[in-house]
Amino acid sequence: MMDRSRLAKIREMARRMRRNVIELAFKAGPNGAHLGSALSIIELTATLYGGIMRLDPRKPDWLDRDRFILSKGHGSLGLYTALSEVGFITRDQLFSFEEDGGELPGQPSMKQAFGIEFSSGSLGLGLSLGIGSALAGRRQGRDYRVFVLMGDGETNEGSVWEAAMAAAHYRLGGIVVIIDHNGMQSDGCNASIMSIDLESMWKGFSWQTVIVDGHNIESIYCALEKAGRQREGTPLAVIAKTVKGKGISFMENNNEWHHNVLTKARYAVAVAELEANEKNP
Amino acid sequence: MITINPINARNWSRLGPRGTFGLDLLDMGSQDENLLVLSADLCTTSGLDRFRLAYPDRFINTGIAEQNMLGIAGGLAKEGYKVFCSSFAAFASMRSYEMVKLNLGYMGFDIKVVGLAAGFAMGMFGNTHYATEDIALMRAVPGLCIISPADCAEVVKATRAATLYDGPVYLRLTGKAGNPIVYQNEYEFEIGRAITLREGDDIAIIAAGRMVYESIEAAKLLEAKGISATVIDMHTIKPLDTSVIDRSLDKKLIVTVEEHSVIGGLGGAVAEYKCGLKTAPPQLILGIEDRFKKAGSYKYMLEQNRLTALHIADSIMERIRQQIRNGAVKPFSANGNWEKDLSMITK
Repeated sequence: MMDRSRLAKIREMARRMRRNVIELAFKAGPNGAHLGSALSIIELTATLYGGIMRLDPRKPDWLDRDRFILSKGHGSLGLYTALSEVGFITRDQLFSFEEDGGELPGQPSMKQAFGIEFSSGSLGLGLSLGIGSALAGRRQGRDYRVFVLMGDGETNEGSVWEAAMAAAHYRLGGIVVIIDHNGMQSDGCNASIMSIDLESMWKGFSWQTVIVDGHNIESIYCALEKAGRQREGTPLAVIAKTVKGKGISFMENNNEWHHNVLTKARYAVAVAELEANEKNP
Repeated sequence: MITINPINARNWSRLGPRGTFGLDLLDMGSQDENLLVLSADLCTTSGLDRFRLAYPDRFINTGIAEQNMLGIAGGLAKEGYKVFCSSFAAFASMRSYEMVKLNLGYMGFDIKVVGLAAGFAMGMFGNTHYATEDIALMRAVPGLCIISPADCAEVVKATRAATLYDGPVYLRLTGKAGNPIVYQNEYEFEIGRAITLREGDDIAIIAAGRMVYESIEAAKLLEAKGISATVIDMHTIKPLDTSVIDRSLDKKLIVTVEEHSVIGGLGGAVAEYKCGLKTAPPQLILGIEDRFKKAGSYKYMLEQNRLTALHIADSIMERIRQQIRNGAVKPFSANGNWEKDLSMITK
């Protein structure tokens, strides 16, 4: 049953997260940040942390918590801002992003106290880790779910498909892969770099698939709400159609913003756009 | 509990290092329900059939996918399991090296990677199946413990020690069925503590894996030629037992012997330690030279690479002759005629 107020809450959460992504990227200064790929997953992580996942920020090592693995580690701002929203980390901790020797580097470094399950950054590794977590849950008779968020370009990695075949073979119904399908990767469009049909690939590996609008919270929520509670079954791949750099006009579908430095002038434009959108959603 | 005695040592030698590993893992598995075993479609070859049949729910076959095996191991270890992953050393160390770096190193999970048939044990399978670079790779991963047992009895000791060790381990198994016996009675094995098998005055031979036996035999040949050699089983390559090197600093030469490239292995580890010392004897690094050779049987490959007792003794004598000629070492000989005594055995 769709809970309207819950959806509204997640929308508000996503709005704040997007704003924080811009603030954090600006704060990162000359280090720069992976903006495009964080902005494309905001609604996905907001929905997971704001409405789907079973979590207790007071007990980050709770054995029955749902697990989230950011396989596309460069989307870290999409994760850190969500962790801050639900209380795994404080705002001060969030704003330690990319500090020298800090706990929140450009790509996540495992820290259970912060709700960061695994270190990531090198692509194509998250699903294998997720299979291990899911197999452990099955052994222990727990019904937690394992959500693995990966990029569409990331699926170029062969290790993704080693893991995809294994999850289906082991019948890990508790695993949900979410693919941030923004159609772009580091060197350009998926179609020109390595064109694959994600839906038929995942189907071919015996997964269930569903395609959603990756910026429509209701659509994401409906796809994820009932997914993954069964320990035995067919794993689910959610192909989320997204826009790289979503929400900031000059970043949208512009690969210059895959990783870039946000200057003061650009920051001001981005903030003005977000504030205008808040007034006229 | 399996004990080491001459009968078991003989049986394990017949079984070979892989079979012995499987046998001991079965024993360890009976003591620890948290112990899980993963194989990338090499269950039988890894000697793991016993474990799989005894504990089918604790054995996971990942198919021919070493990267995924190490990834799954990471997830399981994060959830509190002690995970063994085994494959041929060439694949376990190289195909999945990044997962070893991240899951065993960076995240420090309690995973034991077992590299089977390291060195030339795959014989006629050839260079694709030889693992002669794995120590160099594994040594560079922070926090990873590397154990290379000398014989099958030590495989038993090392498997137990690795199981009880709280942290990531690379267990490197060299040799094959019929491995020569170094240990046939109970002895004390401790990770990071080398074992001096023979005391000598002139030189120290530090060896690991299957090369320990060859080194003992080489020491016997050298003795007949007037050279008295200490032989050390450096079963743990990382962390290196540096105290045993400290005790060898009065020798005329330190020799390292390994079934591994001369680059980055045991020899490299010993040299790295020595270069920080004020004075230390010169070092002869015996191992596999830096090029791919034509494949052959195990025996052939050891011969080709001068890693038999005879060749090891010859290489050592040649080096000592050089040192005497260069004036780095004073002439010495048990029989008084060093030129004659130190002539090559194989000539």
